[in-house]
Amino acid sequence: MSGCIQVQKLCKTFKSYNSEMQRFASWFGLRVRARDEHTVINNISFSVNPGEAVGIIGQNGAGKSTLLKLITGTLRPTAGSVSIQGHVAAILELGMGFHPELTGRQNLLQAGGLMGFSQRELAGVMDEMEVFAEIGDFFEQPVRTYSSGMQMRLAFSLATAFRPDVLIIDEALSVGDTYFRHKSIDRIRKYKDQGTTLLFVSHDPGAVKTLCNRALLLEEGILIKDGAPDSILDYYNAVIARKEKEMEIRQYETLQGKLSTRSGNAKAQFVGVEILDMSGKQARAFRVGDEAVIRCKIRYNEDIENATVGIKLRDRLGNDVFGTNTFHLQHNISSLQGEVWVDFSLILNLGYGNYSVTVASHTIDKHIEDSHDWWDQAAVFQIVPGDNYPFVGVSYLPAVVSSRIHEIN
Amino acid sequence: MIKAVYRYRGFIWSAIKSDFRTRFARSRFGTFWALFNPLALVLMYSIVLSAVLSAKLPGIDNRYSYAIYLMAGLLPWSLFAEVVTRCLTVFIENANTMKKLVFPKICLPIIISGIVLVNGLILLAAMIAAFVVMDHALTSQFLWLPFLMLVTVGMGLGVGLILGLLNVFARDIGQIIPIALQFVFWFTPIVYMVEIIPESYRHLMNWNPVYLLIDNFHNIMVFGGGPDWEMLIKAGFFIAILLTFSFYVFRRASAEMVDML
Repeated sequence: MSGCIQVQKLCKTFKSYNSEMQRFASWFGLRVRARDEHTVINNISFSVNPGEAVGIIGQNGAGKSTLLKLITGTLRPTAGSVSIQGHVAAILELGMGFHPELTGRQNLLQAGGLMGFSQRELAGVMDEMEVFAEIGDFFEQPVRTYSSGMQMRLAFSLATAFRPDVLIIDEALSVGDTYFRHKSIDRIRKYKDQGTTLLFVSHDPGAVKTLCNRALLLEEGILIKDGAPDSILDYYNAVIARKEKEMEIRQYETLQGKLSTRSGNAKAQFVGVEILDMSGKQARAFRVGDEAVIRCKIRYNEDIENATVGIKLRDRLGNDVFGTNTFHLQHNISSLQGEVWVDFSLILNLGYGNYSVTVASHTIDKHIEDSHDWWDQAAVFQIVPGDNYPFVGVSYLPAVVSSRIHEIN
Repeated sequence: MIKAVYRYRGFIWSAIKSDFRTRFARSRFGTFWALFNPLALVLMYSIVLSAVLSAKLPGIDNRYSYAIYLMAGLLPWSLFAEVVTRCLTVFIENANTMKKLVFPKICLPIIISGIVLVNGLILLAAMIAAFVVMDHALTSQFLWLPFLMLVTVGMGLGVGLILGLLNVFARDIGQIIPIALQFVFWFTPIVYMVEIIPESYRHLMNWNPVYLLIDNFHNIMVFGGGPDWEMLIKAGFFIAILLTFSFYVFRRASAEMVDML
């Protein structure tokens, strides 16, 4: 049946040899031991039925993109097999290997030709691709003048010009503006309803949730879970929490271009800051509206009158989103002996994206005069879509809508 | 592999066309530059060797005889050298496309062979025009030339494909080959005549497969003779072995190639 994907005992190992001569010798049947074998995909088996939408999630280096390349066929498996029925369209990484000197139109003809379409078939859908891409006069300009968003528009138009039996998308939807993203998702949904199978990789668990009805979780080349996106996401959370230095978070931190900064007179010092979910386990990803506890572990080095602990949430651009402290919440920190845990319980009615937590210990409301410890980006977390309606922006305001006829007299 | 190439024939043809378009899209005189290079070479060698050093060419009575001899040798040489040098980098240059789209990779060197062959035909037309101006007789044997050019491109493809594959894994090859080609150029009678090699060493030329082809071009274009079938069969035998070997290496290497790009 077209649209079926069968992946059986798939392995991919990258070999490096002491000398390339050994590699050449290995082609002629000589048995040569490779110096180093790096296994990226390790014995993965699964099958996908026509019309299913499968998201593949995992941390950086988990093997997601490699898996898609193996399924698409640009990489060959070391062992195992992939069989796909029907026509496959894939957008791997960005663009589709467009030639910078050729115009958008010429590139569509060439890349389309590489995908196996005849020039006549392509000419037949050219107008439609041009309209869908909405890049205006740039369509007749060389691709080197394009922005990455425009290349993405062109690539998506081509990949979906004919309804493929299997559509494979690697991260591509994260590029470009919201408008085109929605347009693309509409088209993907339409094809899905007509029976197209979708394979989708994203570093953003939220995108997987909105598009897919099944998710695969990869870790270090091993398929560790296969199920409904919700349960996979929860598991993913747990996996992340188990790791102290989680890759995605670290990447986010370097993206910020600075390490967390600390200052203060050390009358009190934070020992650690944790973000916990409702079950009391550490988590790094929450759904919109989830309850979370920010736990500040603090050690007081001397007796301080009116000691106050404050928190502040910032979005990925550094804008303050929310902040408060124990003074405003009219809470007296009971005892200042040894290590004290101060828990802030919050309902995370926040928009999708990454957030950082800043914590501070100071005297009453005067964090400038007597600041004991100020810790920027002590922890980071991510908000992913929940069961609520889709929205944009930095905060989730529970909204209701109604309409009626307004009579003008 | 042959089936895949047949299925992609439309694409191969359009790629050859678009190559011409991109190469000349940003230069003003377009196709002229395709001809300019070899003809400038002929002009330079003719002036230096024929006029300045007054080299003589026995067996032909035309004051442009040396230029004609040079052109006849440079036509197949430029075909061979161009296929080899372009195949050398074809996989590296198209890494981006190979990583993103699935298509028979053998199309790439075949497209190059096509482009070079078309270049060669344009060059041949220019040379024939030059022959008419120089008052050099054209014979019906010239009709063999397109076929011989195809054979030459085939030899270049065999050599270039192997080197292009190895170059993906060991990039030094890309640096060595242009130098090696210079050696082959001077060890082949293109600028000079085979007769100037001492008799006792001349038989070594029979081991130079490029010579086997170039001598045929000389026979036809300079002396108005026909193809030397003994030489051609030898060359054909060599090309058949070469192509079989290179396609075997291609099949082995293509699985690992994208990993390295």
